[in-house]
Order: sequence, then structure tokens, then C-alpha cells
Amino acid sequence: MSFVLNEEETMLRDGAQQFLEEQAPVTALRALRDSGDPVGFSRDLWAAMAEMGWCGILVGEDHGGVDMGCAAAGLVLEQIGRNLAASPFLSTAVLGASAFNLAGTDAQKAAWLPKIAAGETVIALALDERARHNPSHITTRAAKDGNGFRLTGAKRYAVNGAGADLLIVAARTEDERINLFLVSPEAAGVTRTSRRTLDSHVPADITFEDVKLDGDALLSGAEDSEAAYRHLLDIGRAAQAAEALGVGQKAFDLTLDYIREREQFGAPIGSFQGMQHRAAHLYGELELARSLVRRALTTLDTQPAQAPLWCAAAKAKATAVSRLAAAEGIQMYGGVGMTDEYDIGLYYKRAQAAGEFLGDDAFNAGEVARMSGY
Amino acid sequence: MPLDTFRTETRAWLEANCPPSMRKPIASEADICWGGKDWTFTSEDQKIWLERMVEKGWTVPAWPKEYGGAGLSKEEAFILKEEMKAINARSPLDSFGIWMLGPALLKYGTHEQKLEHLPPIARGEIRWCQGYSEPGAGSDLASLRSKGVLNGDHYVVNGQKVWTSYADRSDWIFALVRTEADAPKHLGISFLLIDMDQPGVTTKPIKLISGKSPFCETFFDDAKALVANRLGEAGQGWEIAKYLLSHERAGIVSEAAFGGMNPVTAAHQSGEVDETGRLADPILRGDVARLTIDGLAFDATLRRIKEEGDHGEGVGARASMLKYVGTELNKRRHELNMSALGMDGLLWEGDKESDGDPARAWLRSRANSIEGGTSEIQLNIISKRVLNLPGA
Repeated sequence: MSFVLNEEETMLRDGAQQFLEEQAPVTALRALRDSGDPVGFSRDLWAAMAEMGWCGILVGEDHGGVDMGCAAAGLVLEQIGRNLAASPFLSTAVLGASAFNLAGTDAQKAAWLPKIAAGETVIALALDERARHNPSHITTRAAKDGNGFRLTGAKRYAVNGAGADLLIVAARTEDERINLFLVSPEAAGVTRTSRRTLDSHVPADITFEDVKLDGDALLSGAEDSEAAYRHLLDIGRAAQAAEALGVGQKAFDLTLDYIREREQFGAPIGSFQGMQHRAAHLYGELELARSLVRRALTTLDTQPAQAPLWCAAAKAKATAVSRLAAAEGIQMYGGVGMTDEYDIGLYYKRAQAAGEFLGDDAFNAGEVARMSGY
Repeated sequence: MPLDTFRTETRAWLEANCPPSMRKPIASEADICWGGKDWTFTSEDQKIWLERMVEKGWTVPAWPKEYGGAGLSKEEAFILKEEMKAINARSPLDSFGIWMLGPALLKYGTHEQKLEHLPPIARGEIRWCQGYSEPGAGSDLASLRSKGVLNGDHYVVNGQKVWTSYADRSDWIFALVRTEADAPKHLGISFLLIDMDQPGVTTKPIKLISGKSPFCETFFDDAKALVANRLGEAGQGWEIAKYLLSHERAGIVSEAAFGGMNPVTAAHQSGEVDETGRLADPILRGDVARLTIDGLAFDATLRRIKEEGDHGEGVGARASMLKYVGTELNKRRHELNMSALGMDGLLWEGDKESDGDPARAWLRSRANSIEGGTSEIQLNIISKRVLNLPGA
């Protein structure tokens, strides 16, 4: 485990930086938004990401992936955050692939992981049922029905839900345990309602009314399905934290550029101590968040049993810091920071949305307290 | 030696040689071993522990063997630290000689100076204090006015220092003294090592809000300092002082990161937990959780910056970030300790020797963001040297 990137990781990061700056800059997000894109991401970009090998970043080589691990996925996500690149990378290449890795049978892995690695499928995790993240509050039920199941329940704000062609649904089985089910969004009884959020993403509310599922819809490869479910969320938290870190870091970089140039009272406003101390404080906060994000991701790869605390801590810190970075950015930009023309406001919106997914700083601080035994 | 062998052997040696009473967290100032001519060991175990570690060179593990260290690599020194932490082993010796003067001597000292001064530091025989600040020179340290006039083989030093930590219990002082009267502000200062056992040096403790007197005023009245005990060239003192300050910052930082009471142990003491061990006050629990998160983040950041340093990136001005973050974090920890203790935290003196410790430690922590360069000075340095902001 190392905080310092190895050669392979450095190449991945640099490649991601260059690719996303060219292929998915903030103007691409604006274009999706302004055209009212129904799914909120570009399929072309997703195909190009597959060509870069990113879709298989957590997929084993035997299933056509490159199997680079969570730390590597985090490096891509940080660059995604920096560019506000809208893509199903987190929901599909990270959460989707990990769901199969953790809970899939050999047959399920063989059926789906190659498609994920090839960028041929978009997956959404249908998890939360309330406005605030609560992974224990699962009332969606999968009742046994012959060899299969009948699924009933309602999910809210499934990320990339509008554009997904496979849903992974958290539902309680008759033993009251939480299990994950593969559900086609086209199946009878599934209703999707697109929701547009402030960051121009398009999650979906999804209801399941007595949806008939085959027996192999259940991800049944894990010894303990609920442990697999929790671990999946830990991976998601660290990954989402990495994206948030990128959002916050870029917001900070933009702000520094601005205060170096903008003049008032005959001097760059960045020369004033009132600005400098806020910027220097923010620098420290970003460094703290960066360390936790890296620590969480590398711990997932090397000592997964110790990862939950680090993942919650990283998510909490990255959420708070990315929000602070963008908020401070708006303040330091002044009036133009409030305009749609400047990008800093888009960073603020994305920081807020990334913060909510899989629990904000308050939720994850509670998790840290619980896991710390107080 | 392969690192895992080193770890195994270190673990076994510590297990065999660290007395059980030295495997408890430092509870108060009284548990720290500072060494020096006048040092009285607080227990036989403290003495044995120091002697055994001195024998191994592990009071200063990374220093060269000829100067009292063990010549360990960075990786080995880190393993030693981890293994000591794993059994809660106390540091056998803490001193400004180790944290601050030692690194400066290693970098700027002549071989003779190193041979004379480093081994007594490593063995805990000589206790050093730092003479930097003056009544008129705090944050603007380079405006200091203590004067040294060359007279043959020595300087004659006159002036006053303030906030000299433990000067009343120290044997030598390393001091910044203006020796080049006509040079520009930053270039007229020399770094002198001064024996305090002479009539021209007197000290006077300053009573603080904590009720304790860790700091003194130190007066030089025609005190003598040998030219042979000037570190570096005449006028090079400011450069050395800045180098040394980065080590002082690292010292303050490591104090912030490890050891001492935390709000959870405090709440257990005051009975402010429910039957499951959960903090009784939910809002306090949230504040403590955020402290835990920042503590984890800070530990991880120390580790990351150290690793990056090993890869040639260097700590540099980021020491200022660590100092700022670490000291503000430590202040928060003490504030939350006091909150968790409730009225118990207000106790000033009582039957037990430890009564009043949390309050005094809390009050003492306020100085963390003042000493070694205030938080505001650190933010200035970050702005200028890390963020490259204009006009800073």
C-alpha cells in the first residue's frame, strides 16, 4: 500500500487527465444540459472510455478487464470530478462490476462482466428509498415465487437510472436479509421516472410492482449477501469521495487562477491577506481529504477488512471539503461566481450532488462514530 | 537487513526490554523524560528504559552511530516508531536537542561541533533550550536585537529572550543573536550555542494561564559564547533558524497527532456514555466524530507527505500546512475533552496529582497555534510558497 503513485498509476492518471480535458470538458456537460439530454450522459463518451480500458478497471482479465483495483478507479474518478464529466463510470464500472465481483456466481460474472468491460452496458444501483441515504432502510421485498421471485417496492434517485439498461436492486428476501437482484428496466411492472438534479444528471425513481424475476436474478455468489452489500457500498463511498476530491480540487485551482488575475484597489485580490488565509486554509483541507481518499482506496485493495472506517471517513471529509472548496470559490469570485457563465457554480452543484450519494458528511460521521465504538 | 527481519527483531527487543510501566500512554507532562544535568528520573523504569534505548542508539535512531544514533534508514526508523506505538511504548527521551538542535547541527555543524554536542543530546545528558523570540520580536522574529560583539575567541552577548521553554531547567541554549550590526535585518544574525552555566545568563519563569511555567525570560548580561560554538557562518543564523523552525513545527505536529486524552476517554471518565459506550450527547458525538475523521486524515497526511518526501518531493513549505492543521486539530481535541468532561473538567486541584491536568492541558494547547510561528504566519507561508499567490 502506498500513497505515492506507481508508474502504471501515474500513466493512468495522466492519460485520464488528457483524455477527459479533450473529450469531456465542462462545455460537454453544458451541452448535455442545454439540449435536455434524456439520460444526462453521452453514450459516445462511454464507448470511448471503454476503448481506454476504463470500463474494465475492476473486471478480471479472464472476463476481458484490466483488473487494476480501486485505487486506479479512484484516479480516473478524480479526473472525472475535475472535468465534471458526466458518465456512468461510477455506477457501472465501479459499483456494477463490484456487485458482480462480490456477489455474483461464476455464471453471472461470465454473463455480465465482459459486457461491463466492453462498455456495452450501463448499470444503475437501485438502493435508497428515502430522500437521505440509509442503506438499512430497505423495504423493497423479493418474495419467493416458484424458482424465482416477485419484486415489489420503490426506489428513489437511482444514479444514472434514466439511462441504465440493467438495474441492480437491493431488496429484502423472506429471511429479512438484504440481497441484490438483477432487474431489466424493461421488465413488466417496472416504472422509471426521470428526475433532473441540479448537477444536470438524470437519476430515476423506480417502482417495482410485482415484477417477476427468474431465480438467477439473485446475485447469489456471496457467502454472506449482506456483507457483500455493505462492502459494495464501502467501495462506492471511496469512489464517490475520489470524484468529489477532483471536484473540490479543480474548484480550488480555478479560484486560485481567478484571484491571481482579478484586480481591485489596484492589486490582484489574491495579494490580500483576507483572501490568502482562506485559500491557505482550504489548501490544508484538500490535502487532508486527498490523504483519506487515497488511504480508503488502497485499503480496499490490500486490506479490505479494515476498509469500512476509512471509506466512511474519506466520504465524509471529501464531501465537506469539496462543498467548502466550491462555496469558497463562489465567494472569492464575487458576483461573477453567481453567474451561470462561470463554471465555479457548476462545481458547487456537483459537489452537493456527489456529497449526497451514499451518505453525506453527517451520515458518514455517524458511521465513523459507530465503527469507533462511541 | 531486510525490513521484515528488522521488524521482527525490533518487536522482540522491545518486548524484552520495554518495562511494563513504560507501555502506558503519556498521561501528563510529568511522564515525559527530558534529561539534562539536573534531571531526576520519576521512576526506576524511566531510567532503565532510557539507558537501554541509549545503548541501542534508539533515542535518535536515524542519527549516525558516531554521534549517538543507530544509523537507521528512514524505513527502519518508521518501523521502530510503529512497533513502539503498537505496544504504547513511551518515548524514552524527548528534548529540544533531539527535535530541533540536532537536525540543525547535523546539517550545519562541523565534525567537531557534532562530536561535542550530539552524543550528550542522544544520551539525555545535556538539556537544551531555544532562544529565539524577544519582547519586541515575535512574529517578526528577524527584528531581534540581542547583540553579540566579537572579542577574540568569543562573543560577548547582551539582550533578552522570551518564551524560552524550560530555560530554568536547561544546561545550554541555542540562540539567535545579532552579530553583524551593519548587515541587513535578515543577514546580521548568527546562531550561537551558549553554555548557561555562567554568571552572565539568568532565567525567570513566566506564569501562564495554565498555572504552570514552562516558559521563561532569559537574560544575557555580558554572557560569553565561544566562536567555536557558532553554528554556520557569521550572519547565517536566519537561514539555520528557518531550517530549525521546520523541525520545531514537525515536533509540535507529532505532539498533536499522538498521545494524550481524547474526548471518548474523557466521556468515559465523566460517565457521559450510555450502557453501550455511546456518547450520551448526540451533538457532542457528532463533533467528536468529525474530530476522529480529521485525526485519521491528519495521520494519513503525515504518512503521505513522508512517503512523498522519500520519493524526492520534500516536505518543504508543506511543513507549515502540517503545523497549522495539526495545532488547530489539537486545540479542537482539548476543547472537546473539556466538553466531554463537563464540570469535572473545571477541577483545578484536588486529592489526586492528576486533578486539574485536563484543564491545564486544554489551556496549554492554546499556545500550539502561537509558538513556532502563529497559525496566521503559517497561512502566510502557505500562500506565498505553496500557492504562489501574488504579493505575499
